[in-house]
Amino acid sequence: MTETKTAERAQPEAITAVPVRHPGRWVAIVVLAIVAAMFVHMLVTNDAFQWRFMLDNMFRPPVIEGVRTSLTLTVLSMIIGVALGIVIAMMRLSPNPILSGAAWLYTWFFRAVPRIVLLILFGNLGILYSRYELGLPFDHQIGNLLGIDLDTRFFGLDARTILTGFMAGLLGLALSEAAYMAEIVRAGMKAVDPGQQEAASALGMGRGATLRRIVLPQAMRVIVPPTGNETIAMLKDTSLVAFVPVTNELFFQLQAIGARTFQVFPMLVAACLWYLAMTSVLMVGQFYVERYFSKGFGTKQAKARAQAENVGYGH
Amino acid sequence: MATDLGGGAATDTADRNPMVKAEAVHKSFGHLEVLKGIDMEVYPGQVVVLLGASGSGKSTFLRCINHLEKINAGRLWVDGQLVGYRQEGDKLYELKEREISSKRAEIGMVFQRFNLFPHMTSLENICEAPCQVRKVSKDAARTRARQLLDQVGLADKTDVYPAQLSGGQQQRVAIARALAMDPKLMLFDEPTSALDPELVGDVLEAMKQLAKDGMTMIVVTHEMGFAREVGDQVVFMDQGVVVERGVPTEVFANPQHERTKAFLSRIL
Repeated sequence: MTETKTAERAQPEAITAVPVRHPGRWVAIVVLAIVAAMFVHMLVTNDAFQWRFMLDNMFRPPVIEGVRTSLTLTVLSMIIGVALGIVIAMMRLSPNPILSGAAWLYTWFFRAVPRIVLLILFGNLGILYSRYELGLPFDHQIGNLLGIDLDTRFFGLDARTILTGFMAGLLGLALSEAAYMAEIVRAGMKAVDPGQQEAASALGMGRGATLRRIVLPQAMRVIVPPTGNETIAMLKDTSLVAFVPVTNELFFQLQAIGARTFQVFPMLVAACLWYLAMTSVLMVGQFYVERYFSKGFGTKQAKARAQAENVGYGH
Repeated sequence: MATDLGGGAATDTADRNPMVKAEAVHKSFGHLEVLKGIDMEVYPGQVVVLLGASGSGKSTFLRCINHLEKINAGRLWVDGQLVGYRQEGDKLYELKEREISSKRAEIGMVFQRFNLFPHMTSLENICEAPCQVRKVSKDAARTRARQLLDQVGLADKTDVYPAQLSGGQQQRVAIARALAMDPKLMLFDEPTSALDPELVGDVLEAMKQLAKDGMTMIVVTHEMGFAREVGDQVVFMDQGVVVERGVPTEVFANPQHERTKAFLSRIL
Protein backbone atom coordinates (compact mmCIF):
# COMPACT_ATOMS: atom_id res chain seq x y z
CA MET A 1 0.00 0.00 0.00
CA THR A 2 1.51 3.34 -0.92
CA GLU A 3 1.51 6.40 1.23
CA THR A 4 -0.85 8.51 -0.87
CA LYS A 5 -3.50 5.83 -0.63
CA THR A 6 -3.25 5.82 3.14
CA ALA A 7 -3.56 9.57 3.26
CA GLU A 8 -6.55 9.66 0.94
CA ARG A 9 -8.49 7.12 2.92
CA ALA A 10 -11.22 8.68 5.02
CA GLN A 11 -10.93 8.65 8.79
CA PRO A 12 -12.92 5.61 10.00
CA GLU A 13 -15.97 6.40 12.10
CA ALA A 14 -15.59 6.22 15.89
CA ILE A 15 -16.63 2.95 17.48
CA THR A 16 -20.15 2.94 18.93
CA ALA A 17 -20.71 -0.41 20.59
CA VAL A 18 -23.35 -1.45 23.10
CA PRO A 19 -21.52 -1.45 26.46
CA VAL A 20 -21.53 -4.56 28.65
CA ARG A 21 -24.43 -4.47 31.11
CA HIS A 22 -23.77 -4.87 34.81
CA PRO A 23 -27.02 -6.13 36.37
CA GLY A 24 -25.14 -7.17 39.54
CA ARG A 25 -24.40 -3.52 40.31
CA TRP A 26 -28.07 -2.62 40.19
CA VAL A 27 -28.95 -5.47 42.51
CA ALA A 28 -26.24 -4.34 44.93
CA ILE A 29 -27.50 -0.76 44.86
CA VAL A 30 -31.03 -1.85 45.66
CA VAL A 31 -29.92 -4.14 48.50
CA LEU A 32 -27.67 -1.50 50.03
CA ALA A 33 -30.34 1.20 49.70
CA ILE A 34 -32.80 -0.99 51.60
CA VAL A 35 -30.27 -1.74 54.35
CA ALA A 36 -29.38 1.95 54.66
CA ALA A 37 -33.05 2.93 54.84
CA MET A 38 -33.63 0.37 57.59
CA PHE A 39 -30.64 1.73 59.52
CA VAL A 40 -31.79 5.34 59.26
CA HIS A 41 -35.30 4.30 60.20
CA MET A 42 -33.95 2.65 63.32
CA LEU A 43 -31.86 5.71 64.25
CA VAL A 44 -34.88 7.96 63.95
CA THR A 45 -37.59 5.81 65.50
CA ASN A 46 -35.80 4.02 68.35
CA ASP A 47 -36.18 6.16 71.47
CA ALA A 48 -33.17 4.57 73.17
CA PHE A 49 -30.86 6.79 71.09
CA GLN A 50 -32.03 9.89 72.90
CA TRP A 51 -30.50 12.22 70.31
CA ARG A 52 -31.52 15.39 72.09
CA PHE A 53 -29.95 14.18 75.34
CA MET A 54 -26.79 13.09 73.53
CA LEU A 55 -26.33 16.45 71.80
CA ASP A 56 -26.95 18.30 75.06
CA ASN A 57 -24.32 16.28 76.87
CA MET A 58 -21.57 15.54 74.39
CA PHE A 59 -20.24 19.11 74.45
CA ARG A 60 -20.29 19.67 78.17
CA PRO A 61 -17.12 21.17 79.69
CA PRO A 62 -15.79 17.91 81.22
CA VAL A 63 -16.20 16.19 77.84
CA ILE A 64 -14.40 18.99 76.03
CA GLU A 65 -11.71 18.77 78.67
CA GLY A 66 -11.59 15.03 77.96
CA VAL A 67 -11.17 15.69 74.23
CA ARG A 68 -8.32 18.03 75.03
CA THR A 69 -6.61 15.46 77.28
CA SER A 70 -6.99 12.70 74.72
CA LEU A 71 -5.57 14.86 71.94
CA THR A 72 -2.69 16.08 74.11
CA LEU A 73 -1.87 12.52 75.11
CA THR A 74 -2.00 11.41 71.46
CA VAL A 75 0.24 14.21 70.23
CA LEU A 76 2.79 13.99 73.05
CA SER A 77 3.04 10.20 73.11
CA MET A 78 3.41 10.12 69.32
CA ILE A 79 6.13 12.78 69.39
CA ILE A 80 8.06 10.92 72.07
CA GLY A 81 7.27 7.59 70.44
CA VAL A 82 8.51 8.66 67.00
CA ALA A 83 11.65 10.35 68.33
CA LEU A 84 12.53 7.43 70.57
CA GLY A 85 11.56 5.00 67.81
CA ILE A 86 14.02 6.63 65.40
CA VAL A 87 16.78 6.42 68.01
CA ILE A 88 16.03 2.76 68.70
CA ALA A 89 15.87 1.95 64.98
CA MET A 90 19.24 3.62 64.47
CA MET A 91 20.65 1.63 67.40
CA ARG A 92 19.19 -1.54 65.93
CA LEU A 93 20.87 -0.92 62.57
CA SER A 94 24.16 0.18 64.14
CA PRO A 95 27.23 -2.01 63.66
CA ASN A 96 27.76 -1.88 67.44
CA PRO A 97 26.41 -5.22 68.77
CA ILE A 98 25.75 -3.81 72.27
CA LEU A 99 23.55 -1.03 70.90
CA SER A 100 21.67 -3.25 68.51
CA GLY A 101 21.18 -5.86 71.24
CA ALA A 102 19.79 -3.27 73.64
CA ALA A 103 17.45 -2.00 70.93
CA TRP A 104 16.24 -5.53 70.25
CA LEU A 105 15.61 -6.09 73.95
CA TYR A 106 13.61 -2.87 74.20
CA THR A 107 11.36 -3.75 71.26
CA TRP A 108 10.95 -7.28 72.53
CA PHE A 109 9.75 -6.14 75.95
CA PHE A 110 7.49 -3.28 74.97
CA ARG A 111 5.83 -5.15 72.15
CA ALA A 112 5.21 -8.18 74.33
CA VAL A 113 3.41 -6.40 77.17
CA PRO A 114 -0.16 -5.32 76.41
CA ARG A 115 -0.70 -1.58 76.64
CA ILE A 116 -3.35 -1.85 79.27
CA VAL A 117 -1.04 -3.92 81.51
CA LEU A 118 1.79 -1.46 80.91
CA LEU A 119 -0.45 1.48 81.82
CA ILE A 120 -1.66 -0.06 85.06
CA LEU A 121 1.97 -0.98 85.85
CA PHE A 122 3.15 2.59 85.33
CA GLY A 123 0.23 3.88 87.37
CA ASN A 124 1.45 1.76 90.28
CA LEU A 125 5.18 2.54 90.10
CA GLY A 126 4.70 4.50 93.31
CA ILE A 127 4.59 1.13 95.07
CA LEU A 128 8.24 0.44 94.17
CA TYR A 129 9.68 3.69 95.48
CA SER A 130 8.00 6.67 96.97
CA ARG A 131 10.73 8.99 95.71
CA TYR A 132 12.69 9.03 92.45
CA GLU A 133 16.12 10.63 92.69
CA LEU A 134 19.09 11.39 90.46
CA GLY A 135 22.67 10.78 91.61
CA LEU A 136 25.56 8.34 91.31
CA PRO A 137 24.30 4.79 90.90
CA PHE A 138 24.63 2.48 93.93
CA ASP A 139 25.90 5.33 96.11
CA HIS A 140 24.35 4.00 99.33
CA GLN A 141 25.64 0.49 98.73
CA ILE A 142 29.16 1.73 97.96
CA GLY A 143 28.95 3.99 101.02
CA ASN A 144 28.01 1.04 103.23
CA LEU A 145 30.89 -0.98 101.78
CA LEU A 146 33.38 1.77 102.61
CA GLY A 147 31.77 2.42 105.96
CA ILE A 148 30.90 6.03 105.22
CA ASP A 149 27.63 7.81 104.78
CA LEU A 150 27.62 8.49 101.05
CA ASP A 151 24.75 10.37 99.54
CA THR A 152 25.12 11.78 96.04
CA ARG A 153 21.44 12.40 95.30
CA PHE A 154 21.18 15.97 94.09
CA PHE A 155 17.72 15.96 92.63
CA GLY A 156 14.66 14.03 93.61
CA LEU A 157 10.92 14.07 93.16
CA ASP A 158 8.08 12.47 94.96
CA ALA A 159 6.51 9.59 93.06
CA ARG A 160 3.19 11.33 93.32
CA THR A 161 4.62 14.47 91.74
CA ILE A 162 6.10 12.90 88.61
CA LEU A 163 3.89 9.89 88.29
CA THR A 164 0.61 11.66 88.42
CA GLY A 165 -1.91 9.85 86.32
CA PHE A 166 -1.16 11.90 83.25
CA MET A 167 2.60 11.38 83.32
CA ALA A 168 2.25 7.66 83.95
CA GLY A 169 -0.24 7.34 81.11
CA LEU A 170 1.92 9.37 78.77
CA LEU A 171 5.03 7.35 79.65
CA GLY A 172 3.25 4.05 79.19
CA LEU A 173 1.81 4.99 75.81
CA ALA A 174 4.99 6.67 74.53
CA LEU A 175 7.37 3.88 75.52
CA SER A 176 5.14 1.24 74.03
CA GLU A 177 4.69 3.30 70.87
CA ALA A 178 8.45 3.72 70.51
CA ALA A 179 8.82 -0.04 70.15
CA TYR A 180 6.37 -0.16 67.25
CA MET A 181 7.77 2.99 65.67
CA ALA A 182 11.28 1.54 65.87
CA GLU A 183 10.19 -1.36 63.71
CA ILE A 184 8.42 0.94 61.26
CA VAL A 185 11.43 3.25 61.00
CA ARG A 186 13.79 0.30 60.59
CA ALA A 187 11.68 -1.06 57.73
CA GLY A 188 11.68 2.42 56.16
CA MET A 189 15.44 2.79 56.35
CA LYS A 190 15.96 -0.68 54.90
CA ALA A 191 13.70 0.24 52.00
CA VAL A 192 16.09 2.98 50.89
CA ASP A 193 18.37 1.91 48.03
CA PRO A 194 21.81 1.01 49.47
CA GLY A 195 23.29 2.97 46.55
CA GLN A 196 22.11 6.14 48.30
CA GLN A 197 24.24 5.49 51.34
CA GLU A 198 27.13 4.54 49.11
CA ALA A 199 26.86 7.75 47.11
CA ALA A 200 26.79 9.79 50.32
CA SER A 201 29.81 7.91 51.68
CA ALA A 202 31.69 8.44 48.43
CA LEU A 203 31.06 12.18 48.77
CA GLY A 204 32.69 12.08 52.20
CA MET A 205 29.53 12.39 54.27
CA GLY A 206 29.70 10.73 57.68
CA ARG A 207 27.22 8.24 59.10
CA GLY A 208 25.22 10.87 60.98
CA ALA A 209 24.87 13.28 58.08
CA THR A 210 24.05 10.44 55.69
CA LEU A 211 21.29 9.23 57.97
CA ARG A 212 19.86 12.66 58.66
CA ARG A 213 20.11 14.16 55.18
CA ILE A 214 19.86 11.20 52.82
CA VAL A 215 18.41 8.04 54.33
CA LEU A 216 15.77 9.31 56.76
CA PRO A 217 14.08 11.79 54.37
CA GLN A 218 13.69 8.99 51.83
CA ALA A 219 12.64 6.48 54.46
CA MET A 220 9.91 8.92 55.54
CA ARG A 221 7.99 8.07 52.39
CA VAL A 222 7.68 4.51 53.67
CA ILE A 223 7.39 5.52 57.33
CA VAL A 224 4.58 8.09 57.14
CA PRO A 225 1.61 5.92 56.09
CA PRO A 226 2.01 3.34 58.89
CA THR A 227 2.75 6.19 61.31
CA GLY A 228 -0.62 7.67 60.39
CA ASN A 229 -2.12 4.32 61.30
CA GLU A 230 -0.22 4.36 64.58
CA THR A 231 -1.46 7.86 65.39
CA ILE A 232 -5.05 6.86 64.83
CA ALA A 233 -4.54 3.72 66.93
CA MET A 234 -2.93 5.89 69.60
CA LEU A 235 -5.87 8.27 69.66
CA LYS A 236 -8.12 5.34 70.37
CA ASP A 237 -5.72 3.82 72.90
CA THR A 238 -5.77 7.00 74.97
CA SER A 239 -9.09 5.62 76.24
CA LEU A 240 -6.99 3.01 78.07
CA VAL A 241 -5.40 5.57 80.39
CA ALA A 242 -8.62 5.41 82.43
CA PHE A 243 -6.95 2.35 83.99
CA VAL A 244 -3.89 4.30 85.22
CA PRO A 245 -6.18 5.97 86.35
CA VAL A 246 -6.50 9.21 84.39
CA THR A 247 -10.07 10.34 84.71
CA ASN A 248 -10.20 13.52 82.64
CA GLU A 249 -9.93 11.55 79.42
CA LEU A 250 -12.68 11.59 76.79
CA PHE A 251 -14.16 8.12 77.00
CA PHE A 252 -14.15 8.06 80.80
CA GLN A 253 -16.01 11.36 80.89
CA LEU A 254 -18.66 10.25 78.41
CA GLN A 255 -19.15 6.99 80.25
CA ALA A 256 -19.39 8.82 83.55
CA ILE A 257 -22.24 10.93 82.23
CA GLY A 258 -23.88 7.79 80.91
CA ALA A 259 -23.53 6.02 84.24
CA ARG A 260 -24.74 8.99 86.24
CA THR A 261 -27.87 9.53 84.14
CA PHE A 262 -28.55 5.87 83.30
CA GLN A 263 -28.37 6.87 79.62
CA VAL A 264 -25.48 4.58 78.70
CA PHE A 265 -26.20 4.06 75.04
CA PRO A 266 -26.42 7.67 73.84
CA MET A 267 -23.07 8.39 75.46
CA LEU A 268 -21.50 5.39 73.71
CA VAL A 269 -22.80 6.76 70.42
CA ALA A 270 -21.36 10.15 71.39
CA ALA A 271 -17.98 8.47 71.95
CA CYS A 272 -18.15 6.91 68.48
CA LEU A 273 -18.93 10.29 66.94
CA TRP A 274 -16.13 12.05 68.81
CA TYR A 275 -13.51 9.46 67.81
CA LEU A 276 -14.79 9.52 64.22
CA ALA A 277 -14.46 13.29 64.08
CA MET A 278 -10.96 13.37 65.58
CA THR A 279 -9.73 10.54 63.37
CA SER A 280 -11.04 12.32 60.29
CA VAL A 281 -9.05 15.42 61.20
CA LEU A 282 -5.93 13.27 61.63
CA MET A 283 -6.46 11.72 58.20
CA VAL A 284 -6.46 15.15 56.60
CA GLY A 285 -3.16 15.88 58.34
CA GLN A 286 -1.72 12.59 57.13
CA PHE A 287 -2.62 13.44 53.53
CA TYR A 288 -0.53 16.63 53.64
CA VAL A 289 2.41 15.01 55.44
CA GLU A 290 2.48 12.19 52.88
CA ARG A 291 2.40 14.67 50.04
CA TYR A 292 5.31 16.60 51.54
CA PHE A 293 7.57 13.56 51.83
CA SER A 294 6.81 12.25 48.35
CA LYS A 295 8.77 15.21 46.99
CA GLY A 296 10.72 14.12 43.92
CA PHE A 297 8.94 10.76 43.71
CA GLY A 298 6.17 9.96 41.28
CA THR A 299 5.56 13.53 40.19
CA LYS A 300 3.23 13.93 37.25
CA GLN A 301 6.02 15.03 34.92
CA ALA A 302 8.15 12.08 35.93
CA LYS A 303 5.40 9.62 35.14
CA ALA A 304 4.67 11.24 31.80
CA ARG A 305 8.34 11.24 30.99
CA ALA A 306 8.77 7.61 31.93
CA GLN A 307 5.91 6.66 29.66
CA ALA A 308 7.17 8.77 26.79
CA GLU A 309 10.77 7.65 26.89
CA ASN A 310 10.53 4.41 28.78
CA VAL A 311 13.61 5.47 30.70
CA GLY A 312 14.40 3.47 33.81
CA TYR A 313 14.96 6.01 36.54
CA GLY A 314 16.13 6.02 40.08
CA HIS A 315 16.03 2.31 40.90
CA MET B 1 51.28 -12.58 35.86
CA ALA B 2 50.98 -9.04 34.60
CA THR B 3 53.09 -7.99 31.69
CA ASP B 4 53.90 -4.44 32.62
CA LEU B 5 54.56 -2.44 29.51
CA GLY B 6 55.53 0.62 31.52
CA GLY B 7 53.52 3.65 32.44
CA GLY B 8 52.18 4.12 28.96
CA ALA B 9 51.09 7.69 29.54
CA ALA B 10 51.94 10.24 26.94
CA THR B 11 53.69 12.33 29.55
CA ASP B 12 56.88 11.46 31.35
CA THR B 13 55.94 9.98 34.69
CA ALA B 14 59.29 8.95 36.07
CA ASP B 15 59.85 11.82 38.46
CA ARG B 16 56.30 12.23 39.72
CA ASN B 17 54.53 10.55 42.59
CA PRO B 18 51.62 8.33 41.59
CA MET B 19 48.12 9.46 42.49
CA VAL B 20 47.09 5.86 42.97
CA LYS B 21 49.47 3.04 43.72
CA ALA B 22 48.41 -0.56 44.24
CA GLU B 23 50.71 -3.33 45.36
CA ALA B 24 49.47 -6.91 45.30
CA VAL B 25 45.94 -5.92 46.28
CA HIS B 26 43.78 -8.90 47.28
CA LYS B 27 40.08 -8.85 48.01
CA SER B 28 37.78 -11.73 48.89
CA PHE B 29 34.07 -11.90 49.57
CA GLY B 30 33.85 -14.91 51.83
CA HIS B 31 35.53 -17.74 49.95
CA LEU B 32 35.29 -15.96 46.62
CA GLU B 33 38.60 -14.30 45.79
CA VAL B 34 37.76 -11.36 43.54
CA LEU B 35 41.11 -9.60 43.37
CA LYS B 36 44.21 -11.80 43.30
CA GLY B 37 47.07 -9.37 43.48
CA ILE B 38 46.57 -6.16 41.53
CA ASP B 39 49.54 -3.86 40.90
CA MET B 40 48.89 -0.50 39.39
CA GLU B 41 50.20 3.03 39.24
CA VAL B 42 48.14 5.95 38.07
CA TYR B 43 49.89 9.30 37.71
CA PRO B 44 48.33 12.74 38.07
CA GLY B 45 46.53 13.77 34.91
CA GLN B 46 46.39 10.24 33.58
CA VAL B 47 43.23 8.54 32.35
CA VAL B 48 43.34 4.82 32.99
CA VAL B 49 40.62 2.65 31.52
CA LEU B 50 39.88 -0.69 33.18
CA LEU B 51 38.58 -3.30 30.77
CA GLY B 52 37.45 -6.85 31.23
CA ALA B 53 34.47 -9.15 31.31
CA SER B 54 31.95 -8.74 34.09
CA GLY B 55 33.14 -10.46 37.22
CA SER B 56 36.77 -9.75 36.43
CA GLY B 57 37.08 -7.50 39.50
CA LYS B 58 37.29 -4.07 37.83
CA SER B 59 34.46 -2.51 39.80
CA THR B 60 35.63 -4.07 43.06
CA PHE B 61 39.11 -2.64 42.55
CA LEU B 62 37.60 0.78 41.88
CA ARG B 63 35.57 0.57 45.07
CA CYS B 64 38.67 -0.42 47.04
CA ILE B 65 40.34 2.83 46.03
CA ASN B 66 37.93 4.94 48.09
CA HIS B 67 37.57 2.25 50.72
CA LEU B 68 33.97 1.36 49.94
CA GLU B 69 35.47 -2.15 50.07
CA LYS B 70 38.22 -3.17 52.49
CA ILE B 71 41.15 -4.96 50.92
CA ASN B 72 42.33 -8.19 52.55
CA ALA B 73 45.99 -8.07 51.62
CA GLY B 74 48.46 -5.88 49.77
CA ARG B 75 48.78 -2.13 49.95
CA LEU B 76 46.86 0.68 48.31
CA TRP B 77 47.89 4.34 48.36
CA VAL B 78 46.08 7.41 47.14
CA ASP B 79 48.23 10.52 46.83
CA GLY B 80 50.93 8.88 48.91
CA GLN B 81 48.64 7.94 51.79
CA LEU B 82 47.49 4.45 52.66
CA VAL B 83 43.81 3.83 51.99
CA GLY B 84 41.86 3.02 55.15
CA TYR B 85 44.89 2.58 57.40
CA ARG B 86 47.68 4.46 59.11
CA GLN B 87 51.07 2.85 59.36
CA GLU B 88 53.37 3.36 62.34
CA GLY B 89 56.47 1.24 62.11
CA ASP B 90 55.33 -2.22 61.08
CA LYS B 91 51.89 -1.83 62.55
CA LEU B 92 48.73 -0.90 60.70
CA TYR B 93 45.99 0.98 62.48
CA GLU B 94 42.48 1.17 61.08
CA LEU B 95 41.40 4.73 60.40
CA LYS B 96 38.42 6.20 62.19
CA GLU B 97 35.29 6.71 60.18
CA ARG B 98 35.77 10.47 60.23
CA GLU B 99 39.27 10.12 58.74
CA ILE B 100 38.05 7.74 56.06
CA SER B 101 35.25 10.14 55.18
CA SER B 102 37.58 13.09 54.84
CA LYS B 103 39.76 11.08 52.45
CA ARG B 104 36.76 9.96 50.44
CA ALA B 105 35.73 13.59 50.09
CA GLU B 106 38.81 14.11 47.92
CA ILE B 107 37.91 11.31 45.54
CA GLY B 108 34.93 11.70 43.23
CA MET B 109 32.93 8.65 42.27
CA VAL B 110 30.34 8.17 39.56
CA PHE B 111 28.12 5.10 39.71
CA GLN B 112 26.51 2.95 37.07
CA ARG B 113 23.05 3.64 38.55
CA PHE B 114 23.76 7.38 39.10
CA ASN B 115 22.60 7.22 42.75
CA LEU B 116 21.38 10.80 42.72
CA PHE B 117 19.44 11.76 45.84
CA PRO B 118 15.85 11.53 44.55
CA HIS B 119 14.38 13.90 47.15
CA MET B 120 16.64 16.76 46.09
CA THR B 121 16.75 18.88 42.94
CA SER B 122 19.83 18.83 40.72
CA LEU B 123 21.15 21.93 42.42
CA GLU B 124 20.53 20.52 45.91
CA ASN B 125 22.20 17.26 44.93
CA ILE B 126 25.32 19.14 43.93
CA CYS B 127 25.32 21.49 46.94
CA GLU B 128 24.74 18.76 49.52
CA ALA B 129 28.29 17.52 50.07
CA PRO B 130 30.06 20.90 49.86
CA CYS B 131 27.61 22.34 52.41
CA GLN B 132 27.53 19.33 54.75
CA VAL B 133 31.14 18.17 54.54
CA ARG B 134 33.16 21.25 53.61
CA LYS B 135 30.79 23.70 55.34
CA VAL B 136 30.79 25.93 52.27
CA SER B 137 28.22 28.72 52.45
CA LYS B 138 24.94 28.03 50.70
CA ASP B 139 25.38 30.91 48.25
CA ALA B 140 28.90 29.92 47.28
CA ALA B 141 27.82 26.30 46.81
CA ARG B 142 24.90 27.35 44.62
CA THR B 143 27.04 29.55 42.43
CA ARG B 144 29.55 26.76 41.96
CA ALA B 145 26.75 24.22 41.33
CA ARG B 146 25.32 26.41 38.55
CA GLN B 147 28.78 26.61 36.99
CA LEU B 148 29.17 22.85 37.10
CA LEU B 149 25.71 22.21 35.65
CA ASP B 150 26.61 24.59 32.85
CA GLN B 151 29.86 22.70 32.33
CA VAL B 152 28.01 19.40 31.82
CA GLY B 153 25.45 21.09 29.55
CA LEU B 154 22.51 21.19 31.95
CA ALA B 155 22.35 24.87 32.86
CA ASP B 156 18.55 24.82 32.48
CA LYS B 157 17.99 21.85 34.78
CA THR B 158 18.82 23.37 38.15
CA ASP B 159 15.48 23.03 39.89
CA VAL B 160 14.21 19.68 38.66
CA TYR B 161 14.19 16.42 40.56
CA PRO B 162 16.20 13.44 39.24
CA ALA B 163 13.02 11.56 38.28
CA GLN B 164 12.26 14.34 35.81
CA LEU B 165 15.60 13.88 34.04
CA SER B 166 16.63 11.30 31.45
CA GLY B 167 19.29 8.77 32.42
CA GLY B 168 21.99 10.65 30.55
CA GLN B 169 21.05 13.91 32.24
CA GLN B 170 21.03 12.22 35.64
CA GLN B 171 24.51 10.85 35.08
CA ARG B 172 25.80 14.29 34.10
CA VAL B 173 24.30 15.75 37.27
CA ALA B 174 26.06 12.94 39.16
CA ILE B 175 29.36 13.94 37.53
CA ALA B 176 28.77 17.57 38.49
CA ARG B 177 27.94 16.45 42.04
CA ALA B 178 31.26 14.62 42.31
CA LEU B 179 33.16 17.58 40.83
CA ALA B 180 31.65 19.96 43.37
CA MET B 181 34.00 18.53 45.98
CA ASP B 182 37.02 19.48 43.82
CA PRO B 183 38.34 15.92 43.82
CA LYS B 184 41.94 15.14 42.93
CA LEU B 185 40.86 11.84 41.45
CA MET B 186 37.68 10.69 39.72
CA LEU B 187 36.47 7.10 39.66
CA PHE B 188 33.89 6.07 37.07
CA ASP B 189 32.13 2.75 37.59
CA GLU B 190 30.54 1.83 34.25
CA PRO B 191 29.00 5.30 33.95
CA THR B 192 27.21 4.61 30.68
CA SER B 193 26.14 0.98 31.11
CA ALA B 194 22.66 1.82 32.39
CA LEU B 195 21.94 4.33 29.61
CA ASP B 196 19.99 4.06 26.39
CA PRO B 197 22.47 4.06 23.48
CA GLU B 198 21.49 7.52 22.23
CA LEU B 199 22.15 9.05 25.66
CA VAL B 200 25.69 7.68 26.05
CA GLY B 201 27.33 10.34 23.90
CA ASP B 202 26.56 13.32 26.15
CA VAL B 203 27.99 11.59 29.20
CA LEU B 204 31.16 10.53 27.37
CA GLU B 205 31.51 14.09 26.08
CA ALA B 206 31.42 15.44 29.64
CA MET B 207 34.06 12.89 30.65
CA LYS B 208 36.29 13.75 27.69
CA GLN B 209 36.14 17.41 28.64
CA LEU B 210 37.13 16.49 32.16
CA ALA B 211 40.09 14.47 30.91
CA LYS B 212 41.15 17.36 28.71
CA ASP B 213 41.09 19.65 31.76
CA GLY B 214 43.72 17.41 33.33
CA MET B 215 41.65 15.38 35.80
CA THR B 216 43.14 12.10 36.98
CA MET B 217 40.59 9.46 36.10
CA ILE B 218 40.11 5.73 36.50
CA VAL B 219 37.28 4.54 34.31
CA VAL B 220 35.63 1.14 34.20
CA THR B 221 33.76 0.99 30.92
CA HIS B 222 32.90 -1.06 27.88
CA GLU B 223 33.10 1.98 25.59
CA MET B 224 36.11 1.06 23.45
CA GLY B 225 35.87 4.30 21.48
CA PHE B 226 36.28 6.28 24.68
CA ALA B 227 39.17 4.08 25.84
CA ARG B 228 40.98 4.57 22.55
CA GLU B 229 40.38 8.29 22.29
CA VAL B 230 40.81 9.44 25.89
CA GLY B 231 42.68 6.66 27.70
CA ASP B 232 46.38 7.10 28.38
CA GLN B 233 46.51 3.51 29.43
CA VAL B 234 44.17 0.57 29.26
CA VAL B 235 44.37 -2.17 31.84
CA PHE B 236 42.79 -5.44 30.92
CA MET B 237 41.64 -7.53 33.87
CA ASP B 238 40.45 -11.11 33.94
CA GLN B 239 39.46 -13.23 36.95
CA GLY B 240 41.00 -10.89 39.45
CA VAL B 241 44.37 -10.31 37.85
CA VAL B 242 45.77 -7.77 35.41
CA VAL B 243 46.36 -9.67 32.20
CA GLU B 244 47.68 -6.92 30.01
CA ARG B 245 48.19 -3.19 30.02
CA GLY B 246 49.47 -0.53 27.71
CA VAL B 247 48.69 2.31 25.35
CA PRO B 248 45.16 1.76 23.98
CA THR B 249 46.05 1.80 20.30
CA GLU B 250 48.77 -0.81 20.82
CA VAL B 251 46.72 -3.09 23.00
CA PHE B 252 43.72 -2.92 20.70
CA ALA B 253 45.75 -3.40 17.54
CA ASN B 254 48.09 -6.02 18.88
CA PRO B 255 46.88 -7.77 22.02
CA GLN B 256 49.54 -10.06 23.49
CA HIS B 257 47.49 -12.28 25.71
CA GLU B 258 44.98 -14.94 24.62
CA ARG B 259 42.33 -13.71 27.01
CA THR B 260 42.70 -10.12 25.86
CA LYS B 261 42.36 -11.27 22.27
CA ALA B 262 39.23 -13.26 23.08
CA PHE B 263 37.68 -10.33 24.96
CA LEU B 264 38.49 -7.77 22.27
CA SER B 265 37.19 -9.98 19.49
CA ARG B 266 33.89 -10.26 21.31
CA ILE B 267 33.52 -6.58 22.01
CA LEU B 268 35.07 -4.75 19.04
